[in-house]
Amino acid sequence: MAALKPSKRVRHLFIVNPTATLQLGLWVALSMVVMTVDHRYHTLGGVHDVLSTVIYPLHYLTRLPTDARNWANENLAGRTTLLEENARLRESQVFFNAQLQKLTTLEAENRRLRSLLESAVNAPERVLIAELLAVDFDPYRHHILLNRGRQHGITVGQPVIDQHGIIGQIIRADPFTATAILITDPNHALPIQINRTGARTLARGTGNFQELELPHIPNNEDVKIGDLLVTSGLGGRFPPGYPVGTISKVEFDPGSPFARIIARPVAQLDRIREVMLLENEPIATPPAVAGTATTPPP
Amino acid sequence: MTSVQSTGGEVIALSFLLAFLLAGTPVPGWLGWFWPDWVAMVLIYWCMALPHRIGMGVGWLVGLLVDAGRGALLGQHALAFVTVAYLTLQTYRRIRVFSPWRQAFSVLIFLLIEQVLVFWISGVIGYPPRDGWYLAPAVGGMVLWPLLFVVLRDTRRYFQVN
Repeated sequence: MAALKPSKRVRHLFIVNPTATLQLGLWVALSMVVMTVDHRYHTLGGVHDVLSTVIYPLHYLTRLPTDARNWANENLAGRTTLLEENARLRESQVFFNAQLQKLTTLEAENRRLRSLLESAVNAPERVLIAELLAVDFDPYRHHILLNRGRQHGITVGQPVIDQHGIIGQIIRADPFTATAILITDPNHALPIQINRTGARTLARGTGNFQELELPHIPNNEDVKIGDLLVTSGLGGRFPPGYPVGTISKVEFDPGSPFARIIARPVAQLDRIREVMLLENEPIATPPAVAGTATTPPP
Repeated sequence: MTSVQSTGGEVIALSFLLAFLLAGTPVPGWLGWFWPDWVAMVLIYWCMALPHRIGMGVGWLVGLLVDAGRGALLGQHALAFVTVAYLTLQTYRRIRVFSPWRQAFSVLIFLLIEQVLVFWISGVIGYPPRDGWYLAPAVGGMVLWPLLFVVLRDTRRYFQVN
């Protein structure tokens, strides 16, 4: 009889697994528990660390074709193209140098005046360059993965900028990678100021890379298309004065107390390749320290 | 007669790895909206071809790795993949004898269920989908299924994975 015993493979064809549904229930329950713990209590840091380290080399493999194309573009570019680019870069260098001269004197003056006022001196900010590894699979959620992590000194809450303006902030730092939320994510808002008038409000993400929403601006507020928005520095997350966007649409609705105002981010959020991470520590702490230091003893 | 030795575990692992890389490849324009979840498709194939080896447990682990790789909530894809594995295991006797094009319709249903589960969970944690386009990858998966099926079947036969 033992000779006729069918193999596992053949047996599987004829016998319906009676516990399949029970197994499904158990796996689903386990998933629910993992999701709840991850979402509510954030206590799965160790599991995240292990999994993200396992996955880390795969991100580089995924980037390989893109990297190869960029490399080919750079190395096989014609002489004329390179000369043109060189000339253009030299031109912009002269331009920026001229601007920088002005900035140096202004910065020195600013520091002197601030020290006269005994207010916090803005420490020179340290920056760290990171590259984009992956974007979120979910088209409605604007998260990006960067190739720098805790090992490189990245902490949760660090502001992320590119050469044009604010991109977002770090929401999770794994050992070798970090996740950043973009300012256009529907769950993100940052405190801003309209540069021309000084009016303060929030810029809320809409889930569209080209749009930020400015709530709570009264109908009679002075807002024009093209106004620059800069970070106000309130909330202590983002340093003040960095460009965020420009007003692209202003609609007054007589029936509503607030105007409908849409801004367009200055950073090109849908074509990010390299970003800069600002050190947020010195900006957040000194005002409090300076405040306590200058308070006269009773 | 004892049961046949299971071989070719590396081939299965490699196929999942390639699927992961394909799924993570950035695709520009409208094609990106239809870019399928390759990992789920490979999981469906192996559940169908080797139901005695690949099932819900493998699906759950693969899903967890996908979650970590894509920055999703841990367990989000794990839950969806377990469901897909369960559905495939319950129906593989019928689907196996279909032609690849007829299989593609079953695959479409599985992938639609997977997408709905993933985005339903996204909605619960505060990112509800804004339109119906999130279902498009399932359609892309249906169109590409016959190709994937033939490639994986020939690979399985060549390396005698059983």
